[in-house]
Amino acid sequence: MPSAAPSASYLTSHSAILAFLLVVVGFVAVNLVLWKIIRPSRFSEEKLTTYECGENPTGSAWIQFNIRFYVFALLFIIFDVEAVFLLPWAVVFREIGPLAFLEGLVFIAILAIALAYVWRKGDLEWVRTEDRQV
Amino acid sequence: MDFIYGLLPADLPTWVRVLGAGIACAVIGVTAMALGPLLYVYAETKVAGFMQDRIGPKRVGPHGLLQTVADAVKLLFKEAIYPAGADKKLFILAPCLVVVGAFLSFVVLPFGSRMQAVDLNIGLFYVVAVSSLSTVGLIMAGWASNNKYALFGAMRSAAQIVSYEIPAMMSLLTIVMIVGSLSLQEVVWAQQGGLQSWFLFRFFPIMPVVAIVFFTAGLAECNRAPFDIPEAESELVAGFHTEYSGFFFAMFFMAEYTEMLVISAVTSVLFLGGWWAPHPALQQIGSVGLGPFWLIAKAWFLMFVMMWLRWTLPRLRVDQLMYVAWKVLLPIGLTLVVLVGGLVLWFPDGFAWDGWVGWPLTLALFGFLFVVMQRAIRWSRKRAVEMAA
Repeated sequence: MPSAAPSASYLTSHSAILAFLLVVVGFVAVNLVLWKIIRPSRFSEEKLTTYECGENPTGSAWIQFNIRFYVFALLFIIFDVEAVFLLPWAVVFREIGPLAFLEGLVFIAILAIALAYVWRKGDLEWVRTEDRQV
Repeated sequence: MDFIYGLLPADLPTWVRVLGAGIACAVIGVTAMALGPLLYVYAETKVAGFMQDRIGPKRVGPHGLLQTVADAVKLLFKEAIYPAGADKKLFILAPCLVVVGAFLSFVVLPFGSRMQAVDLNIGLFYVVAVSSLSTVGLIMAGWASNNKYALFGAMRSAAQIVSYEIPAMMSLLTIVMIVGSLSLQEVVWAQQGGLQSWFLFRFFPIMPVVAIVFFTAGLAECNRAPFDIPEAESELVAGFHTEYSGFFFAMFFMAEYTEMLVISAVTSVLFLGGWWAPHPALQQIGSVGLGPFWLIAKAWFLMFVMMWLRWTLPRLRVDQLMYVAWKVLLPIGLTLVVLVGGLVLWFPDGFAWDGWVGWPLTLALFGFLFVVMQRAIRWSRKRAVEMAA
């Protein structure tokens, strides 16, 4: 483990992320500028129309889409927050032992009930049976 | 990074040395990651060719090796098209964000006990966090393009990535419970001692299930087939990057292949022993450590599996996709967390048979698959000759 070296303190080790960010952004920027210099640009109005398989595009592209996306986004937030709570629990799991296991079990059980509820309500289906009947 | 830090003259201020070492690491890493896709795209076309019994690229360079270089140069000479009514700022920002998100994961990938940019103590969490940056980029791309296909593709990809992130997190949790740390280096160290102590074979047959859940979710997160409905060409043209041309397009591709590499490398770290050799005797030749070789070999093997799956499985439909994520993988994931938690407490060092059951079975399975494949190839070649005659 390379922890003895002087750069391993908390902030300096995170500075590598900053360095990477700088280099990646630099890389992208240099390439985009290079591309801008060498690429041709002969625009015409036809060329700039959005692609709809050769048809003239009708209306704006910012249309209504399936409401199910929002339901799944909500579900995602619930379970992602669960995962965030469980990560520190998992890290100290071995140190605390059976107590941690029991508490985790209670937490996961509550979420499993939530999942079962959502499942029963039919919200895990892409096309809900209720919607289909209407 | 510490190695380069030591090389810099000691009379420089600390922050200059730290940043200098970081930037040196980053230059190496970004170069490797930016050039990698040239190789991976070539590999993919060759693998695809092999699987469909054709030759693949062969004209540019020996065995077509320079084909992807030619493609990249060609893309640099293409016009940039900003479609009418597009949100130009977001339109440019989106591919940049996707690339940044994909490349930043490299910071924590361990290529050897000391070959790592930096060993963050929250490494696994960092990988998950950074790789979801590209989701934002994808939505941005779809939204800014002012194109219906792009918008649909982006929405689908967002829904897919967030859905599959949860099973991935659940399988991560099991590893974290076994190791007791989020640092990738410590995960690798916990698998010391050759093939039989890899996490894939711990608690056999439970950890293989965890590995499959993680790999499947990873596959979905980099929008690879069979989970590629965000760019399903039969219905959405090209999904979120329909309107992107030239280097923007190249950036999306670079990000996709980089993400494949990251997912494969992380899977190797978690389940296949990271930079450990299958047998301790193979860990170094003389005094030269083979750590990077082993990690890259494992990651490339998993990338090959991804390509293999792409040409084997048909694409899923959107409702099937959600079904797999929420009704199959998530319940399995939750069960596994509880199960592995209990096992970690009662069998802290794994089952008694872990050392000698899992890996022979896995090797036997692969040997069997290899033989079947060879016979199938021989059969189809013979048949082709017969048909031609």
